[in-house]
Amino acid sequence: MRLELLPREHVSRLREWLTPIAAFCVALLIGGVVVWMMGRSPVAAFNVYVREPLTQGWAIQEILLKATPLLLIAIGLSYCYRADRWNIGAEGQFVIGGLCGGAVAVVTHGMTGGWILPLMLLAGIAGGMAIAAIPAVLRNRLGVSEILTSLMLVYVAQLLLDYLVRGPLRDPTAFNLPQSVNFDAVATLPALFAGGRVHWGLVFGLLAAVVTWFVLSRTLFGFAIRATGEAPRAARFGGFDERRVTLFCFLISGGLAGLAGVAEVSGQIGQLQPSISPGYGFTAIIVAFLGRLSAPGIVLASFVMAMILIGAENAQIALKLPLDLARVFQGLLLFCLLGGEALTRHRLVLGR
Amino acid sequence: MVKRWFLRFSVMIRAPPLVKGIGIGQSAAVIAPPPISEPPLVVLEGIVKRFGAFTANDHVTLTVREGEIHALLGENGAGKSTLVKILFGLLQPDEGIIRWQGKIVSMADPDAARQLGIAMVFQHFSLFENLSVLENIALGLSGRMADPVLARETADLARRYGLALDLAAPVWSLSAGERQRIEIVRCLLQKPKLLVLDEPTSVLTPQEAEALFITLEKLVADGASVLFISHKLDEVRRLCSAATILRGGKRVAHADPRQESTRSLAALMVGSDVEDVRRQASANPQAALRLRIDGLSVMPSEVHGVALKAITLDVAAGEIVAIAGVAGGGQKELFAAISGEEGHITAGRILLSGADITRQGINERRHLGAAFVPEERLGQATLPRASLSDNLVLSLPRRESASAAGWLNGGTLDAILSAIIKRFDVRGSARNPEARRLSGGNLQKYVIGREILRNPVLLVVNQPTWGVDAAATQHIRKALIDLAEAGAAVLVISQDLEEVFAIADRIAAICNGELSEAFPAGHITREDIGLMMTAGERTHPQAKHHPESADHAA
Repeated sequence: MRLELLPREHVSRLREWLTPIAAFCVALLIGGVVVWMMGRSPVAAFNVYVREPLTQGWAIQEILLKATPLLLIAIGLSYCYRADRWNIGAEGQFVIGGLCGGAVAVVTHGMTGGWILPLMLLAGIAGGMAIAAIPAVLRNRLGVSEILTSLMLVYVAQLLLDYLVRGPLRDPTAFNLPQSVNFDAVATLPALFAGGRVHWGLVFGLLAAVVTWFVLSRTLFGFAIRATGEAPRAARFGGFDERRVTLFCFLISGGLAGLAGVAEVSGQIGQLQPSISPGYGFTAIIVAFLGRLSAPGIVLASFVMAMILIGAENAQIALKLPLDLARVFQGLLLFCLLGGEALTRHRLVLGR
Repeated sequence: MVKRWFLRFSVMIRAPPLVKGIGIGQSAAVIAPPPISEPPLVVLEGIVKRFGAFTANDHVTLTVREGEIHALLGENGAGKSTLVKILFGLLQPDEGIIRWQGKIVSMADPDAARQLGIAMVFQHFSLFENLSVLENIALGLSGRMADPVLARETADLARRYGLALDLAAPVWSLSAGERQRIEIVRCLLQKPKLLVLDEPTSVLTPQEAEALFITLEKLVADGASVLFISHKLDEVRRLCSAATILRGGKRVAHADPRQESTRSLAALMVGSDVEDVRRQASANPQAALRLRIDGLSVMPSEVHGVALKAITLDVAAGEIVAIAGVAGGGQKELFAAISGEEGHITAGRILLSGADITRQGINERRHLGAAFVPEERLGQATLPRASLSDNLVLSLPRRESASAAGWLNGGTLDAILSAIIKRFDVRGSARNPEARRLSGGNLQKYVIGREILRNPVLLVVNQPTWGVDAAATQHIRKALIDLAEAGAAVLVISQDLEEVFAIADRIAAICNGELSEAFPAGHITREDIGLMMTAGERTHPQAKHHPESADHAA
């Protein structure tokens, strides 16, 4: 006896949209079993992971805060993935963005002026673009796989940040602690609501999602991206320049990741530290695919993923479950989603 | 699993060869009871196969007797492939049964079919380019190694059936005909009782096809049966002793092709309402040159691609020039070089209406009035998952398809799509469906219509009607002829000799990246073209064949 996957002739829209929801439910069920096997009540875990984050004001705010970088990065990544270009170095682009923007804040420490914050944001975007351009140029000129180069540059970026906060950018008054000065108020991305912690980064993210939706569906450039990703021969037949598409996708992706980085250090952390990301750049890859590479999907997926992260923090406190369980859930979710997708496009047949 | 496979084949090898078991020639008649009482080798009864709302096979019955070459005739889309896939266990029927030598069997998968003694040569070969012929044969037979034993066995078999093969040659160096021989030998090594060939002659020159027929006749004389799938009537009448004809998924007739005329078979196959499109040759020596290719040499961009060698060709306004040739002769590379898609030009030049376009990209060439229809409908001419209106963007001038800021002009695209649908009778489930949702014929009409509506001065088409149903084929050919009559230059690259003779004013042949001279269609025969299609092996194809063709004409 054996199992076979046969392609379905027709897949309905409804089924396509129900798949991620079903995948989410299955992941929850399996997650419940994992929690149960660890000797905790799955119901309590569900409360802590899903219900509380969605019903309590402070938790919703934390979710929005965590969703902000995920959204910005994942939207950027969707350009690359739509064009079948594998940028998996968003983590590094995020770090460089935070570093460049943060460096502006450190250098202008003590100065005042409305130009400081915009300059920081621009520096962050430019930094992310610059490091993302490296894999694109290497691919275009030398045919180097962008998967390897973009990933390896993550470590370069992380170590560069680590070196700089221990060296040139260190706060001289901080008793040798590896951290920069606290940013001035003029170098801080303002909160959306007085007293709240959610900052303007969220607006940038939602704006990027709306623009992306239009670009990909209604512009020549978006068509070129789709063509390059879906049928490279058709892109060539259409006279689209594959290299240009590659470069632009990496620039957009890197720029948005960089913006996410500077928004995080400026709006949330308030200074530079040896590590400024709990892996947003990698989690955003999952977010991008969870959202089916479509802008509305990614908006939704980034909130779901943020909820899991917050839930894991809750669970650590309330149920003494390790924080790493969040990764287990992320993995489960991605696994269920990919499985669900395969089952949407194919049907399972029991062979002889 | 591996063990089971191995056991099966080791049993097969030790057991006496099945073909011999049936007996060679007369001995079979001695052992076998009178043919009337003998059940047919295989019977497919009342086969129904549906794909969603579409019924590919509608209560089809097919009977193949022992020792016959049975033709399965039908247009593209008539349901031949579906039926054969069911026979070979690749698809499961929704209704109907299969009897093998009188017993009901279920073909759960190709393994089951192979165990019964069915072997199949597909239209598309599954061979590893970088491996040798012998290695490829061994890979197709589980449990066998590319060792001297297999080499001897293969060589014996190849000699017996007249299948010339160099076992040590790497596959990439072989022609399509030679590749097909590998697949056939691989099948014959399994000692099949039934050999199924899916459109085997589509990649062969007329001479190679004749050699294949002789092989098949030898095979049948040894007691095996052949199911020969084709839509070429002359071949079927030459080779087959029985024919099952499908149309629109139904069996419309069972006939003895030797008793029928080509015309009566054609009427059964396509229905009587399809008229034959034929070009009235109209040479106008004063017509302006549209396309001039002058000593063009191109390095292929793919590893095992064909290099083009000093190609020279002229196409004048109002003229249809066809390039014949078997697959892999350099058609793809020539098309890419003329369209400017890819390929590294090392020598020569291409002129369009007198302007040198050798170094220009595909869009600049389009801007000068050229239009191109590539070989692959899905994935090259269109994005499978994009709508038809979005797919217009691929070949439309940028300033028409999008605003200066880069926004797509939805209204313009929609209007152009409506015009194409109306004029070229493109039928789909929706008005503006995704390209992959259209049938081959409708998608091809859309792709050709998209280019013709741009009123090009030069249209270059690669395989205009490959895999397209009869009605769409005639529609497309008519559109090409009309375009030429309206004054455009048309260059058609086609493997279909019938098509080449139906529409071309002048015909050239391509082989091994070399292009012959283009001869007026009325002055050469199919045999001449067949020789030209293999001419790459000879030194001076033109010098050799021109006088011959003149003789034929006289």
